Amino acid sequence: MAFTDQQLSKKSWQYRRQTLEIIKHAGAGHTGGSLSCLDILNVLYNRVMNVTPENFADASRDRYVQSKGHSVEALFVVLADKGFFPFSELETLCQYQSHFVGHPTRKVGGVEQNTGALGHGLPISVGMAIAGKMDDANYRVYTLLGDGELAEGSNWEAALAASHYQLDNLTAIIDCNTLQITGHTRDVMNNEPLDEKFAAFGWAVRRVDGHDFAALTEALSSPLETGKPSAIIAETIKGKGVSFMENVGKWHHGVPSDEEYQKALAEIAAHLAECEATV
Amino acid sequence: MSAPAPSLYSENAKQIAAGLGLKMGRPNLEAFADTLLELARADRNIIAVTSDSRGSGKLTPFGQSLPKQIVEMGIAEQNLVGVAAGLASAGKHVFAVSPACFLTARSLEQIKNDIAYSDNPVTLVGISAGVSYGALGTTHHSLHDFAALRAINNLIVIAPADNFETQAAVKFAAATNKPIYLRFGKAPIYELPVAPFEAGRARVLRAGNDAALIASGETAIHALLAAEWLAINHNMQCRVLSLHTIKPLDTEVILACAKDCRAVTTVEEHMIYGGLGEACAGVIAQSDARCKFKIVGIPDEYTVTGSQADIFRHYGISMEGLAQTALTLIA
Repeated sequence: MAFTDQQLSKKSWQYRRQTLEIIKHAGAGHTGGSLSCLDILNVLYNRVMNVTPENFADASRDRYVQSKGHSVEALFVVLADKGFFPFSELETLCQYQSHFVGHPTRKVGGVEQNTGALGHGLPISVGMAIAGKMDDANYRVYTLLGDGELAEGSNWEAALAASHYQLDNLTAIIDCNTLQITGHTRDVMNNEPLDEKFAAFGWAVRRVDGHDFAALTEALSSPLETGKPSAIIAETIKGKGVSFMENVGKWHHGVPSDEEYQKALAEIAAHLAECEATV
Repeated sequence: MSAPAPSLYSENAKQIAAGLGLKMGRPNLEAFADTLLELARADRNIIAVTSDSRGSGKLTPFGQSLPKQIVEMGIAEQNLVGVAAGLASAGKHVFAVSPACFLTARSLEQIKNDIAYSDNPVTLVGISAGVSYGALGTTHHSLHDFAALRAINNLIVIAPADNFETQAAVKFAAATNKPIYLRFGKAPIYELPVAPFEAGRARVLRAGNDAALIASGETAIHALLAAEWLAINHNMQCRVLSLHTIKPLDTEVILACAKDCRAVTTVEEHMIYGGLGEACAGVIAQSDARCKFKIVGIPDEYTVTGSQADIFRHYGISMEGLAQTALTLIA
C-alpha cells in the first residue's frame, strides 16, 4: 500500500507521540535525536525499503543499519508499526531482562545489526553492500549516521572503501540536526562543508530537508549516481515536533517532566487532529 | 641478502627434537593460507578480507586464484572488521586477516560489538602474533590479545601449536557459524606428535604425573622438548598439553593436571596477565585441587628488544628455560 505524504505525516505524529510515551515510561532515552530522524525512518520503512516481518529472513531484503544507535526509540516505534512486535512490548524498554535496551540489538525483530558505539554502522553497511555486489543482488543498504558521529575516523575509512568499490547500492543518510551532547557540532568539532567532504571521498551527495517526505523519497529511492555511493545530508531539527524541545541541546537525552510531557502530548495531539482533518 | 632469522632452538634442543623424531614443518602462516585457499576453492562464500596484508598473510596465491573472493580494505583495520561483519551478516563466511597486533588492538571495539555481540560468524585471523615481529618492537607485538579477547563474550580463541593444529583450526572455523579468533606466528615450527584436534579440548602431547606443562600456541614445542630433557636428565615424567583453545577452556584437563601432578607450569607467547596462565590459575583456584604453579610468559615490563628467539630465550620460553622452571617448582 502506497502512503500519501499526508498519511506519512500522520504516521510521523503518531510515532512522535509513541516515542515520547516509551521514553517517559522508561525514564530514559534519546529524545532529541529520535525526533529528528523519525521522518527519515518513516519514509524508509513505509515507502522506500522492502523490509517487512515476512521477508526479514530473505536474502533479497533491503538492509537498514542504524549507526546512530542511541536514537533507538524512533527505530523501535517504527518497527512496532511495521508489525515486527506489538507496541505494548516497548513498555519493557530499558527494564530488567528486556531485549529492548537503549540501543538496537538483533534480539529485537527487525534489527539488522547491534549498534550503539558510534562509527560502526557505515563499515558494516559497506560490507553488506560489497556482499550484494558479489552476489549480483538487487537489495539496497541504508545506514543512518548522526552529524556529530562523523568525527569518528572509522566513518572515513569506510567512506573511502565505499567509493573505491563503487557501491551505488549503498546510501548513507546523515541526520544533520547540528547538535550533539556538548553543543553545536560546528563548535564541538566542525565537519562542514560535509557535502564537499563526501564528494571529495568519491560519493554522490545531496542535501535535503530531512522533514520533507517528497524530497526524502526522491533522494532515497535510487542511487544518486551510478557507480557511486550516495550521501544524503538530511537537514533536520533536533527535537522536531515539540516546540520547547526543538534545537535545544538538553533534549539530547532529556526525559520530560510530567508537566513537560503533558504539554508535548498536547502539541502532538493538535498536530494529529490537524492531520485527521486533512487526510 | 638478509641474514637468516636466529633460531628459536638451541643446538641441544634440536638434538632432543631429533631424538624424538620430530620433523620441522612449515610456518603456521603458510599452513593457514594453503588450507584457506583449498577450502575457498570449494566454497565461493568463503571470503578473505585483508588490510594491505595479503602478502604478509601469504594470501597472494589466494588473491591470484580467487580474485572475487578476496576484499582489500587498505590499511584500515577498524573498517576491515566492520566490513567483515557486514559481509558475514549478508551470508559470507569471512576470514579477516591482519597482523594480530593491529587487529586486536585498533579494532577491538569492532571485534566486541560488530563480531561478538552481533554474533557475526567472522574468523579473525591474527597473523604474526605474539612477538613474531620481535625486532620491530612493541608496536608490532600482540601480547595482550588473549587477555582482551577472553574478556569478550561469544568469541572462541584458538592459538594452534603446529601445522596440523593450524589446518584443523582453519577447517573448524570454516565449518562453524560462530565468531572465532585464530592467532599464530610466521616462523617454521616442528610438527608435534599426532593427537586428535578438537576445538575446546586440549591435545595431550605426552603423558606423565611428576609435573605438567600446559602450553598455548607455538610455545608447545618448547614444553615438549623440556619434558624430554627432564626425562633424560632427571628421570622426570612430565605431562605436556597443547591447550590451543584459550576460550572456551578445557577445564577438565587443567584440573586433572592439578590433581595428578605436584607442579603445573603454563607457558604462552603473551603477557603473564590475562592469558593462558591466569585462565588455568583461575580454574585451579576455584577447585579443591592444589599444586605448585608458575606462569611463564612476558612479564609486565618494557619488553626486551631483539628477535623472537632472543625474546623467547630472555623470558625462559625455551627447552632450557622451561625445564629449569619445572625443576625449581618441584624442588
